[in-house]
Amino acid sequence: MENFDYIKLEFPSRSVNESFARATVGAFAARLDPTLEELADIRTAVSEAVTNCIVHAYPGAIGSIRLRARIMNGNTLEISIRDDGIGIPDVNKAREPMFTTGGEDRSGMGFTIMESFMDKVKVRSTQGKGTTVVMSRRIIRRTSGL
Amino acid sequence: MKIYSAENNGALRLSFVGELDHHGAKGAMKTIENLIDENLPRACIIDLSELNFMDSSGIAVILRVNKRMNDIGGKAWVENPNGQPLRVLDASGIDRVIRVFERTR
Repeated sequence: MENFDYIKLEFPSRSVNESFARATVGAFAARLDPTLEELADIRTAVSEAVTNCIVHAYPGAIGSIRLRARIMNGNTLEISIRDDGIGIPDVNKAREPMFTTGGEDRSGMGFTIMESFMDKVKVRSTQGKGTTVVMSRRIIRRTSGL
Repeated sequence: MKIYSAENNGALRLSFVGELDHHGAKGAMKTIENLIDENLPRACIIDLSELNFMDSSGIAVILRVNKRMNDIGGKAWVENPNGQPLRVLDASGIDRVIRVFERTR
């Protein structure tokens, strides 16, 4: 079976959990022996996706964020970040660089950065039900003497 | 993230130390706005030599500092990004809006 290595994490949509989510996925990804750059890219993409949930999913409230990371085919890290919040009305618009509904505090670059740093990014969303972002990155295998 | 500031001859240098994400961005922006309002510098230098993580929330902070400085007739630029923050700056294309110097000017 390909899909036996995974972690699942659930936490409230508080901004204090952003660095924790990054660190957790970074720690899990370590078993693939990524380079520092690959690790940095993955942690950044996680930070963007988790931040989107925290900023947008539950306006005026705190809700649940579910993060799953798994290793596919021995070398690909797939991360899914899901909320049960208000959903994205127009996903294509949301993915446009610099588009944001978050006001002047936000740069609108979150999806752009996820797409730059991961190989694939899929977004599924239903208004009133929630949003799931699934992203994956193949880690280049290196041979170590150890 | 910690911010260390030094003012010298109208130039306000802000050193960002640690990690800058959405959680830290609001407090950072408030601190920076106060420093700019107190000092009214002609230039604000955002020194990233000791910043080891930044996501798009950090991009938003940098853009807002730039706007604030422009509003008071001054300039802002970024110095010494390295590692992961440099990768994010490159991906964002922010150098079309604000100068980024990779080695100390």
